[in-house]
This record gives sequence, C-alpha cells and structure tokens, in this order.
Amino acid sequence: MAEWTNTILQGLMLGGLYAMFAIGLSLTFGIMRIVNVAHGDMIIVSAYMAFWLVETFHMDPFASLLIVIPVMAILGYILQRTMLSRALSGGILVPLMVTYGLSVILQNVLMEVFSANSRAMRVEGLDTASLSLGGGIAVGVYPLIVMCTAIAVIFILQLVFAKTPLGRSFRATSDDQSTAQLMGIDNRKVYALAMALSFAIVALAGIYLGMRTTFDPAAGPSRLLYAFEAVVIGGLGSLWGTLAGGMVLGVSQAIGFRLDPGWGVLSSHLAFLVILVLRPRGLFPRMRDR
Amino acid sequence: MNSILQPAAAASRSYRVVRSTGASRVGGVVLLAATAALLSAPWWADRADMRFATEFLYVLALAQMWNLLAGFGGVISIGQQAFVGIGAYALVFFTMKMGLDPFASVALAGIVAAALAIPTAAIVFRLQGAYFAVGTWVVAETFRLLVANSSWLGDGSGLSITSAFRGMTPWWRDASSMWVAVVLGMGSTIALYLVLRSRFGLALKAIRDSEPASESLGVKVTATKWVMYVASALGCGCVGALAFITKLRVSPDSAFSLDWTTTMLFIVIIGGVGTIEGPIVGAVFYFGLRWLLADYGSLYLITLGLLAVIIVLRLPQGLWGYLAARFNLTFFPVQRRVVMGDEVK
Repeated sequence: MAEWTNTILQGLMLGGLYAMFAIGLSLTFGIMRIVNVAHGDMIIVSAYMAFWLVETFHMDPFASLLIVIPVMAILGYILQRTMLSRALSGGILVPLMVTYGLSVILQNVLMEVFSANSRAMRVEGLDTASLSLGGGIAVGVYPLIVMCTAIAVIFILQLVFAKTPLGRSFRATSDDQSTAQLMGIDNRKVYALAMALSFAIVALAGIYLGMRTTFDPAAGPSRLLYAFEAVVIGGLGSLWGTLAGGMVLGVSQAIGFRLDPGWGVLSSHLAFLVILVLRPRGLFPRMRDR
Repeated sequence: MNSILQPAAAASRSYRVVRSTGASRVGGVVLLAATAALLSAPWWADRADMRFATEFLYVLALAQMWNLLAGFGGVISIGQQAFVGIGAYALVFFTMKMGLDPFASVALAGIVAAALAIPTAAIVFRLQGAYFAVGTWVVAETFRLLVANSSWLGDGSGLSITSAFRGMTPWWRDASSMWVAVVLGMGSTIALYLVLRSRFGLALKAIRDSEPASESLGVKVTATKWVMYVASALGCGCVGALAFITKLRVSPDSAFSLDWTTTMLFIVIIGGVGTIEGPIVGAVFYFGLRWLLADYGSLYLITLGLLAVIIVLRLPQGLWGYLAARFNLTFFPVQRRVVMGDEVK
C-alpha cells in the first residue's frame, strides 16, 4: 500500500515539472494562438546553457538561473520581434513551419556543439534527499522544490494577469487583437513580451529538467509533447488546469512505469488520448477570467 | 445599370472555363515518358542508380501525401510517420508471420494503415488547427511505443526481414522495388492530379480556403476531411512497406521516426505547397542538397531547416510557386481559369 502511495506521490510531483514545461506553451497559445513546435527544444537549450555555466565556471545549478532566465527572455523577445511576428499573419501553416524548422535547426546545432552524448547536472545530496511522511511514505526534496516552484509561477502569473497593466494588455490581446490595437495596445510589443515571459519560464523548466534527468540534443520533442498534453488535458486557457494536466500525466506515467518499465511514457500518452476522447475540451476549460 | 442586365452585352464578351494550357499538355507527355523510362530502368540502369531512383520516388510519394493534406485540404499533420511505421510493421506481419510475398504486402500494408487511420481520425479531429498537428504527433508516438513494447514485433530493437527474400534474385528484388516505387511516386502524382480536377478536389480546396463557407455551399466538410486523411494514410503505409523492403531491417525508432515527416514537410514547403509540381521540385532540391552536403553531417539538416524557414517567410508559395507566378507556367493545372471570348485561340 505504502509503495503505491509513494508511486502516486512521485507521479504528482513529476506533474509539477510537466506543468512547468507547459505553462510557457499555454501562455503563447493563449495570447498569440500559435503553437511553438520548438518549445521543447528551447527547454533543452536552457538546460545546455546551464550545463555550460556549471561546467565552465563551476557555478551552482540554482545560481545559473540568474543568468539563463534573463538570457532566454531576451532571446524570446528578439525571436518574436524578428521571426515569429512575421509568421503570425500567415494562418496556421506559417508559424508551425517556422517553429518546426527552428526545432530541427536547434537540435542539430546542439548536436554540433555538445555532441550527441547525454548530459546531466548533479547537485550533491539533493538528488537522494527525501522527507519522510511516516508509514513508509516519503517524498523527494527535489521534486517538492519543483512542485512548489510550479505553484509559485502559476500564482505569480495569475497575479500578473489580474492586477497589472501588462496582464491587462495580455488579456485584451488574447480576447480580441484588433480591438486591443484600437485601444492603443501595440500588439507586436505585447506578443514579444509574452514570448519573453514564456521563455523565462522555459529557462526555469530547462534547468529543473537538467538537474533531475539526463538530456541530449534530441530530447526536445518529447518535452513539447508532455507540455502540449498537459495544456490540452487541463483545458485551454486554464493555468491551474495545466498543473492538473501535468499531474495526470505524471501519475499515469508513474503507475505505468511501476507495472512495466516500458509502459511509463506510453501510459501518459494513453491517458491523454482517453481524456481527449472523453472530454475533448479538457478537465477545466476556460477557468481563468478572460 | 441596364446594360449589365442585357444578355446581349454578356454575349458579346463570351467566355469559357479553361483548364489545360500549352504547358499542361507538355507536362502530361513528359510525365508519361518519364514513367515509361523508369519502368524499363531495370534493363538499362545500374544498381546504385536504381536504388537512388527508388528512394527518390517513394520520398516523392510521401511528399505528395503530405501535400494532399496541407496544400489541398488545409489539414496540417506532423504525425504522418505513424502510417509509415504502421506500413513497415504490416510488412513484417505479412511477410514474416504470414509468409506472403513482400511486394504483394505493400498494397496490404497500405490498407492496414488506412484502416488504422479511421480510429486515429476519430481522436485527432477533435483538435483544431495547430493543436491537431501536435495531436497527430502524440498518436504517432503512441503507436511507436505500443510496437516497442511488443515482443511479438521484436521489441524496441526491431527485427530483420531478410529471410522474406529467400530464393529471390537481387535483380528481381531491385527491379520489383523500382516498379513499386514508380507506381507509388508517379502514381501518387498522377492520382493527385486527377483527383484534384474532380468534384472531390474542388471540395478539398474549398475546405482549405474556408471551412464555414464551403459547408454553407453544401460541401460535406467532415466526410471530405476523413476521406482525405485516410487516403493519405494509405499512401504513407505503402511507402513505409516499400522503404523497409529496401532497408531490410525494421525498428520502432526508424519506422516511426519523425524524420519521415520532416522530409515530407521540408520538400513540400521548399518546393511549393498546394501545387502538383511543387513536391517534385522540392524533392529534386532535397536530394541535390543531400548529395552536396553528404560529408558534413548535421550541417545538412541545419541548412535545410534554415532554407525552409526563409522560404516559408519570404516565398510562402515555395520555389515552384515563385517560378510559376513569374513565368505563368503550370504543367499540372488543377485550377479553373476563365478565358474571355477574344482571348480564345
């Protein structure tokens, strides 16, 4: 019994990481209505950036956040202003193809620079530390940190959306782009800021991923799929739903893995497909005020 | 006001709807001549050239299948590798488990892929637009993992199908692969051309341009999209079986590889989405670039990715679309043009 409780608890905590993958995707889709196919590769690029800082300057992985987050945010802003804003006017094909091309380019550039070997960032002691909850039930300290970060990120984003002028322009642009423009909102700037924010969260997710598991240049696409599944399971437009979606994925993966190591990822994909059939609009559609 | 309504005024400027052009008659002849030349290749070409032509033709068939979805139906899938993989494993089933002839299995593999496309469509068509695209990818991953967990199909490491060719001469194997590739590559191009000139093709293009508008004009949007999706899966399944006849070893990672879709996408985008000629031009370009950059490893894919991004942003009609507009060329016209009376030759 305690074993199964632990499995489910691990799955829930893993959901925190998946939610972090997903928040950036949800944000850009919600505001710009585009799916960034290179989203997963951006997560891996952030992980490599942190890895490089850790290896070269012996920096603590957590300290690397202070550099990687702003760098990624600036990259996101530039990418949106230069490439993606041009793509937005072309229906769904153009943004999909541009980000798909970007995904292939990033994977191969990472391969050239860092080779195909898988990498990891180790934090001494943290990877094995756990909190005992009694009765043989325990939860890892690191997964708990990830989960708390995910909750904090969502909480802060909700505040930004609800209380700040920036959040108001995000919501206005999301609801009706042309009316927002009439009201004096520069939508290209709003989009670029949304992408910067998305990339900042991607950076966080990438570093957390890099501290948890090994990664290689081809690891991006599967991260995109988890992110996408969490968003759809949770219901478009709902950040807390995205967290729930991440947890559904995490728990089904943990249970599947426990039954047979080959079934982990398969179970989370199957859970996603079952939910898509039963509740095509997700578990919590449009919970966020908009 | 009155003169517009007068029939006499209209009659003086008679018009008719024209589909073929001078170039299109040339296109038809060239296509038939090329098909004949390729079919006879086993008697005059050497092995390396034939293997290259085989790959070129099946990749062209894949590109046309993606072009059918994106260019004519407005449905963008990044999960067509699902049907390539299903075709490959159907080949394993029919040859290794049932003892059938590998080349007969190609058609059966297409049918299996089409049959599995029906439940797949039921799931993925719940998603719209960009979400549909990523959804198809999830389904492809699910198929890959299901196969990789099946010890009966060789687990994650895959299996060899060499023994299916026991007693077959290499010449016959290469020649049959070539003929099947001609049927798939040329066949998909010709079939697409004929279908697009039909009522069904008109319905597809209407859906691509506006779903609500075509629905209001009586186009059965859902049914049309399903037929197109299943047809595309049929083509991809046949290609999957043929591709692995030439490779002789099937594994989940290679059969369900995203690279299949990347190839289709880049060829169609670079060549020109929504034309019959585009994928042919794109495929020539793709193989040309691969030959040029053969020694530079991942630089090839970086270049291809950059080109695709630049072309999609700067020349959304692709290389062929640009040339066609510039020189008013259409070898395989699928649109209808109105020619005024005095222009008619």
